Amino acid sequence: MTERTIDIETMLRQALAPVEPPAELKLRLETTLGSLVDLAADELESWELATLSDPKNWVRLGRPAAAAVVGSAAAVGLVVLRTQRNRHRRRAQSSNVAELALRTLRDGGREARKLLDDLH
Amino acid sequence: MSPDKARLDEEFSALYKAHLRDVYSYSYYRVGNHHDAEDLTEQTFLQAYRHFERAQRESEGRPLRPWLIRIAHNLAANYYRDRSRKPQTPIDDASTISATHTTEALVEDRDDLKRILECVQDLPDDRREALIMRFALGMDNREIARALGRTDGATKVLLHRAIKQLEELVQKAEGPTG
Repeated sequence: MTERTIDIETMLRQALAPVEPPAELKLRLETTLGSLVDLAADELESWELATLSDPKNWVRLGRPAAAAVVGSAAAVGLVVLRTQRNRHRRRAQSSNVAELALRTLRDGGREARKLLDDLH
Repeated sequence: MSPDKARLDEEFSALYKAHLRDVYSYSYYRVGNHHDAEDLTEQTFLQAYRHFERAQRESEGRPLRPWLIRIAHNLAANYYRDRSRKPQTPIDDASTISATHTTEALVEDRDDLKRILECVQDLPDDRREALIMRFALGMDNREIARALGRTDGATKVLLHRAIKQLEELVQKAEGPTG
C-alpha cells in the first residue's frame, strides 16, 4: 500500500468478496431439505387421514398437530445433519466404501437414539 | 400435500436459492474456513425451515434475509462458545481476490487484502459482523440493524466506528514507513 491512498471501503469490498458455496454443499443441502420437505408432507398426509377417520380427533385438527409434524421432520433432519457432520472422520477411518456405509448407518442410529433421549 | 404447505415449501425453496450464497459467504468470513462454513450454512437452513412459517407471518412482507443471517449469527456465536474457538482469517483462498492485475500488482494487492482480513478479525465481534454484512453481503443499514437486533441509528454508528477502527488497525499494521 506504499504511496497509495487507502480507500478502505474499496479494499473491504475486494477482501470480503462473496464466496460461492461448493457444489458438494449445494447437493447435500438440497438433498437434506428435499427429504425434510417430502417427509413433512408424507407425515402430514398420513396424520390427516388417520385423524379424520376417528371423530374423536376432529376437534383437535389444526395447527398444533402440524407444528408437531414439522417438529418431528426437523428432528429427522437433525439426525441427518449430525450424522453428516461426522462424515470427515468416518471417511478417514474407513478403508473402503462398504465400511464407510456401515459406519454412517451406525452413526445415524447413535444420533437418533441421542436425539430421542434429548426429547424425552 | 395441502396447498398451504406446498406454497410454503415453494417459498422456502425460493428463499434458499436466493440467499444460499449470502449465508455461505457470511459463514465463511465469520468462521474462516470452508469446512465449518459448510456446517454452519446447513444448520442455518435447517433452523430456518423449521421456523419459516412463523418468520413469514411475523415479517409482514419484509425481506427475510436479515432473519436468515441472524440465525447464522446466533449459531456462529454458539459455535465459538461451545468450542472456545477464535475466528480464522480466510487468507489462503485466492478466490477472494477477483480483480485482474499484473503479477506485481497482484502480489501487492494480495498482501493488502490479507492485511485487511487480518485486521477485520481483530475487530470486536459486533463491528466485524457489521462489516461482513455490509461488504460481503451488500446489506443496507436497515437490514444489518434487523440482523443484529439494533436500531438503524445504532447500526450506522456501529459501521462508522468499525471502519474508523479498521483504518487505524491497517495503518498500524503497515508500520511507520507505510
